Amino acid sequence: MSPAIRVRQVTKRFGSVQALAGVDLDVEQGEFFGLLGPNGAGKTTLISAAAGLVRLDSGQIAIVGHDVVKDYRQARRQLGVVPQELVFDPFFTVRETLNFQCGYFGIGKSRARDAWIDEILENLDLTSKANANMRSLSGGMKRRVLVGQALAHRPPVIVLDEPTAGVDVELRQTLWQFIRRLNRDGHTIVLTTHYLEEAESLCSRIAMLKAGRIVALDSTASLLQRFSARTLRLRLAPGATLPPTLAQRAEIRDSIYSIAFDHFTEIEPMLADLRNGGCGLEELEIGQPDLEDVFVRVMHERGATQ
Amino acid sequence: MTGFSTLLYKEVLRFWKVGFQTVAAPVITALLYLLIFSHVLEAHVKVYEDVTYTAFLVPGLTMMSVLQNAFANSSSSLIQSKVTGSVIFVLLPPISYQAFYLAYVLAAVLRGLSVGIGVLLATLWFAPLDCREPLWIITFAVLGGGILGSLGMIAGIWADKFDQLAAFQNFIIMPLTFLSGVFYSIHSLPPFWQRLSHWNPIFYMIDGFRYGFFGISDVSPWLSLSIVMLCFAILSALTLSMLKHGYKLRA
Repeated sequence: MSPAIRVRQVTKRFGSVQALAGVDLDVEQGEFFGLLGPNGAGKTTLISAAAGLVRLDSGQIAIVGHDVVKDYRQARRQLGVVPQELVFDPFFTVRETLNFQCGYFGIGKSRARDAWIDEILENLDLTSKANANMRSLSGGMKRRVLVGQALAHRPPVIVLDEPTAGVDVELRQTLWQFIRRLNRDGHTIVLTTHYLEEAESLCSRIAMLKAGRIVALDSTASLLQRFSARTLRLRLAPGATLPPTLAQRAEIRDSIYSIAFDHFTEIEPMLADLRNGGCGLEELEIGQPDLEDVFVRVMHERGATQ
Repeated sequence: MTGFSTLLYKEVLRFWKVGFQTVAAPVITALLYLLIFSHVLEAHVKVYEDVTYTAFLVPGLTMMSVLQNAFANSSSSLIQSKVTGSVIFVLLPPISYQAFYLAYVLAAVLRGLSVGIGVLLATLWFAPLDCREPLWIITFAVLGGGILGSLGMIAGIWADKFDQLAAFQNFIIMPLTFLSGVFYSIHSLPPFWQRLSHWNPIFYMIDGFRYGFFGISDVSPWLSLSIVMLCFAILSALTLSMLKHGYKLRA
């Protein structure tokens, strides 16, 4: 089975900026894949190249086995893209917009098409706005129409470029429920986001990009395990000092001491050290690993392709 | 085929939805030109025997409206969608660059023809319509619309902002259309300006179009047709090449 997206030795330069510097990546069919990285890391360039909006300097990208240059018609049929910018055509209504999108992909006017558009509208909670002009919609609604447009031709692979930027919490939840369902129905989802907690809860695998290179690529669980540990976080009572055995392992930030550990069995000896050293505490909590730690550490530590 | 017809339908609907601005307004403008120029010059100017000055003006004004509106349609559609970013909706689908070209140019021709028919109907009140060679009329209207539709695509793709497009329109298209013999026969010009007018392709579009109405023209309609077809071929090839290579559309 061909990967949903296969990226091989992809490079792209814009003037003096090396946007992509040799990216290799396979996104398997049915995956919920996260593409993370700071601004300017190359995420959008990579997505745009997959969608045929950017021409590569070298390398190949194939969507479900179809090369995006040589076999662009098939490749584009396999791909739905939700762009980062809130773009819309101000001349048309929501239904017209979705009808056009179907037509562009060769789906002629039919009852089946009308039914599919009704279904999209219903799932995205846009039925009441079907005949409203795009200009009259709120930002969140426009975002949902963008998702609808990406789905119009029923592509097996859906790429969402920061789809929840500037979207309120309620809508974000609805949107994710819908995207999760699409994933369960067999669609491959590729997501770029700045909200790391979203990537953590949704994506089964994650690639991190930095300066046009992949600096980490693994399952979300492995990344969390490898780059982020559980921590014992302590705020000491006034005048108290940490026993030397713990002080060696602790990092301090904003007068909170963090001591990393792998297994819960390590907690008891640490507490015993605190008791024996007579160290008074004001606060104690156990921090769970999170993707933000992974992200910050990877971005600071890694410069080269893994 | 569906991709092409959808894009064509979208482009036609785009201008039709704002028909007051895109069709009715240019008709009124042409009518005002006719009223003012015929009022001032009717008694003083006679270009062809048996043709009143007002009747002479009608085909030129009609063709000028066809050309300007064909240009306006494709150029404004492209620059607007580029500036707002919505151009990606037509770049993401599997539409070939030839179909893309044909849809935009055909929509531009249709807008030009809508305005042209509007101008002809509105001017019926002021001058009798003489259509000696309808086939020439249609041929020149369609080819002229196609040429300016292509030029509109080139300008719309090339321009990064509205200001650049306005410069293209006001410094190139407007002078070429106004100085093409819409309001006069080039035989009335001094020799230098006559020679210069022969380098203006729009002169041949107007002259050939006018031939269709009166059966008289400044140069042979076959010469006009050859030059107009050559222009259309060159501009089509240029536009198609820009689209094929994704010039300013695909980074």
